[in-house]
Amino acid sequence: MLDLTYETPKAKTIAGAKHDWELVIGMEVHAQVATRAKLFSGASTQFGAEPNSNVAFVDAGMPGMLPVINEACVAQAVRTGLGLKAQIHLTSAFDRKNYFYPDLPQGYQISQLYHPIVGEGEVLVEMGDGTARTVRIERIHLEQDAGKSIHDMDPALSFVDLNRTGVALMEIVSRPDIRGPEEAAAYLLKLRQIMLYLGTCDGNMQNGNLRADVNVSVCLPGAYERYQETQDFSHLGTRCEIKNMNSTRFIQQAIEVEARRQIAILEAGGEIVQETRLYDVEKGETRSMRSKEEAHDYRYFPDPDLLPLEIEQAWVDHIAANLPELPDAKKARFMGDFGLADYDASVLTADLAAAAYFEAVAAKTNGKLAANWVINELFGRLKKDERSIADSPVSPDQLASLIALIEADTISGKIAKDVFEISYTTGRSPEEIVETEGLKQVTDTGEIEAAVDEIIAANPEQVEKAKQNPKLAGWFVGQVMKATGGKANPKAVNELVAQKLANS
Amino acid sequence: MMSDLNKLTIAEARDALRKGDVTSVELTEACLSAIDAADALGAFVHKTPEIAMDRAKAADARIKAGDAPDMCGIPVGIKDLFCTEGVPSQAASKILEGFKPEYESTVSGQLRDAGAVMLGKLNMDEFAMGSSNETSTYGNAVNPWRAGNSDAALTPGGSSGGSAAAVSADLCLAATGTDTGGSIRQPAAFTGTVGLKPTYGRCSRWGIVAFASSLDQAGPMTKTVRDAAIMGAAMMGHDPKDSTSADLPVPDFEALLTGDIKGKVIGIPAEYRMDGMPEEIEKLWSEGTAMLKDAGAEIRDISLPHTKYALPAYYVIAPAEASSNLARYDGVRFGYRAKLAQGDGITEMYEKTRAEGFGDEVKRRVMVGTYVLSAGFYDAYYNRARKVRALIKRDFDEVFHEGVDAILTPATPSAAFELGQDVSDPVQMYLNDVFTVTVNLAGLPGVAVPTGIDRNGLPLGLQLIGRPWEEAELLNTAYALESAAGFVEKPARWW
Repeated sequence: MLDLTYETPKAKTIAGAKHDWELVIGMEVHAQVATRAKLFSGASTQFGAEPNSNVAFVDAGMPGMLPVINEACVAQAVRTGLGLKAQIHLTSAFDRKNYFYPDLPQGYQISQLYHPIVGEGEVLVEMGDGTARTVRIERIHLEQDAGKSIHDMDPALSFVDLNRTGVALMEIVSRPDIRGPEEAAAYLLKLRQIMLYLGTCDGNMQNGNLRADVNVSVCLPGAYERYQETQDFSHLGTRCEIKNMNSTRFIQQAIEVEARRQIAILEAGGEIVQETRLYDVEKGETRSMRSKEEAHDYRYFPDPDLLPLEIEQAWVDHIAANLPELPDAKKARFMGDFGLADYDASVLTADLAAAAYFEAVAAKTNGKLAANWVINELFGRLKKDERSIADSPVSPDQLASLIALIEADTISGKIAKDVFEISYTTGRSPEEIVETEGLKQVTDTGEIEAAVDEIIAANPEQVEKAKQNPKLAGWFVGQVMKATGGKANPKAVNELVAQKLANS
Repeated sequence: MMSDLNKLTIAEARDALRKGDVTSVELTEACLSAIDAADALGAFVHKTPEIAMDRAKAADARIKAGDAPDMCGIPVGIKDLFCTEGVPSQAASKILEGFKPEYESTVSGQLRDAGAVMLGKLNMDEFAMGSSNETSTYGNAVNPWRAGNSDAALTPGGSSGGSAAAVSADLCLAATGTDTGGSIRQPAAFTGTVGLKPTYGRCSRWGIVAFASSLDQAGPMTKTVRDAAIMGAAMMGHDPKDSTSADLPVPDFEALLTGDIKGKVIGIPAEYRMDGMPEEIEKLWSEGTAMLKDAGAEIRDISLPHTKYALPAYYVIAPAEASSNLARYDGVRFGYRAKLAQGDGITEMYEKTRAEGFGDEVKRRVMVGTYVLSAGFYDAYYNRARKVRALIKRDFDEVFHEGVDAILTPATPSAAFELGQDVSDPVQMYLNDVFTVTVNLAGLPGVAVPTGIDRNGLPLGLQLIGRPWEEAELLNTAYALESAAGFVEKPARWW
């Protein structure tokens, strides 16, 4: 298999009053685990149900109720860990994070502070310009989601929906290896892509099923390299955490805005206070969530209701053996097997369904042509209609047969586009369209020759001019194509026109 | 018809029921009238006569059909800490005022399914925090026993004080208790009854209001060791709804009660001989030792060197877990909610609800627990206590490994004391647990057996500690001790 190797992208710099500043970013990504039931109860995880209808007694924090781990959630966390080439911990444990809030009925969130299920891993984040960065994963732990507090339904009352309470989340914690807003967005999207491939998270950011806390700090050029050499955080600036972001666009804005805020403070001789901040989309600024005095002391301690979670290596091996092909491998394979360019391979592997579609087409015809047709024609047409690949009216077989028609010189590329459009709008097969509509390319040189002769005979002045300037041969080609309704094989026409002009 | 049916033991009642000498309805009626005549004891805090009569009738039908487990038709009381479906389950706290669960705890559910007849809910210390039953929102239960000619009201112990008082006063044939640091064994010792705390993980905790999850364990409180064997077996068993429940078979404890303890090694731990221990306790202990020796056991002096750290470790770990377990009582979803003033927000609701809904001892432990888990103190307190706990467990592991079959200790440092005596001195109150907390910290089974009477005529008990999961052998040793002690006294009725 092809090895993907890239140049490392340059860190984003922001010009300050005296010198440049660099950005250092780490992210905590919360991904809702794709399972039918919650982490510690049998209640459904279905989105959009009636408020408070997916709630077991334990989710509501009823007296005497106890959590029991859902094996499916553990399997998904392991699968995700393996997908991020991470260490799987055969023994992990759950801790309680204590705080009061009405959407947290137990008064604590069950999480994994001390012994997470997944340890160190890494993600290759391609930037699309031929550069890519390997972002190190520190850990992944399982934890419960909270419910939803609704404050704007009534002027005096707040409402609580516990449907999401206790739903399993994976918190994927990166090292501070991300160096700019675009990288942060690309990192999140790469994680999303990997989890979609694995089927461990549906990646729906709008519903909050994938969201991130973003840690931002700034430093002088050179400082980050010293951190990387020593892993000593004192080389880095003080960070602020921007909470709960669920849009890559806003993540990029927030990072930029927060970095500029920190630079302004530092350049004015101030100090950055480590704190959690919120990004205000409307005002385009970050602001402090709570002061230090209000900071929570979560009083983490091991949850006595749950024994340490022990899994067997054989079980992990079984999951590993059944992992699907992951984005990097698929991309490398597409590049190696089909000779695709990096960019095309990226586009085609961005989404599992698109990759599968492409492969189905490529299996029956020329891979490079298939990539061009899928990316340029099919994706373009689907995008115009806001349709997904799953709803494509043209099946992979149909597209493959269309490409085969081109390859066999049965139709020209130009006619093929018309055939594609007809097939797309009617669902008819390309062969049938070509047959019925009489679109077969004329490769009979006799027929073409006759047309060329006729046009040369009718335009003696043009012939003279073309003799002076061979570039004008194109005009004759156009006339011949027009006369044959576009069906003439362009290659044959070109050759004949050149030959006849020379001999006339 | 037999008389004084409420005074029967489980074994006697079961045999009489099976022979057709008595019906469950008759047993139940006898208990219900005894309960109604005993309000002065403050043992039952929610009476459920209709449920009782329905279940008694159903039990009688089952017995007639020849499908009757041992507990079928036996009237019992249920500690208020157990959630019982449709019946108030308040953990003796104001904060659970009006709470009627829609579910039945696994343990009380197993008893119900076995045909046991629930007479009502029993008094206890609030959230099982206390050793005298004085922290209950219902007011304290009273010990049926009195000292000499004194009229002074004595504590039945705690936290399962209502259970102990009810069994001792024959208001029921047996009762459920729970034991986090001695809450079954100390009240049993104070009331001349038998109390078994099983190995941690034997009884499901599902549906029992949590105090300290790593220590809480349900168990039977009965009139005899045989009854503890019968009822204990009905309460135990694996429950997939409790992750800490052990998937182990439960033996037929009663069938294993032979009283033969020849060759068994009984350890006498030096560290349990405390400074200033009353002479009577000392005497009780050596008499018990002699009884076991006479029964053929080998007596061996042993050392459990970390014993003195048990009480402080317990009073770090238990409040830490409690501070988190009790966070759910916030006035949002069930139970008591404080009346709020205009403009009060969520913080005020929490503060007022918890200030008004919890009693002083609960607040004290929630504060201690919050403190020991807080940033900067976690290692010094909670983590250190966990290490101590591991050492205490290792002490026991080592003596068991060296061949000790059971350990004999006093159950309590004194006989039942007067109500009100220690209320203002929490540390003095905590000392009640000095002989019992080690067992919870190590997760071991322990049983309190009445073996004597002090000079004021009050019952005294000894504790036997067994190997994990070996309740059968522990109960058999307790049976031998009970038989040798021949304790038959009952409190003189004054209520």
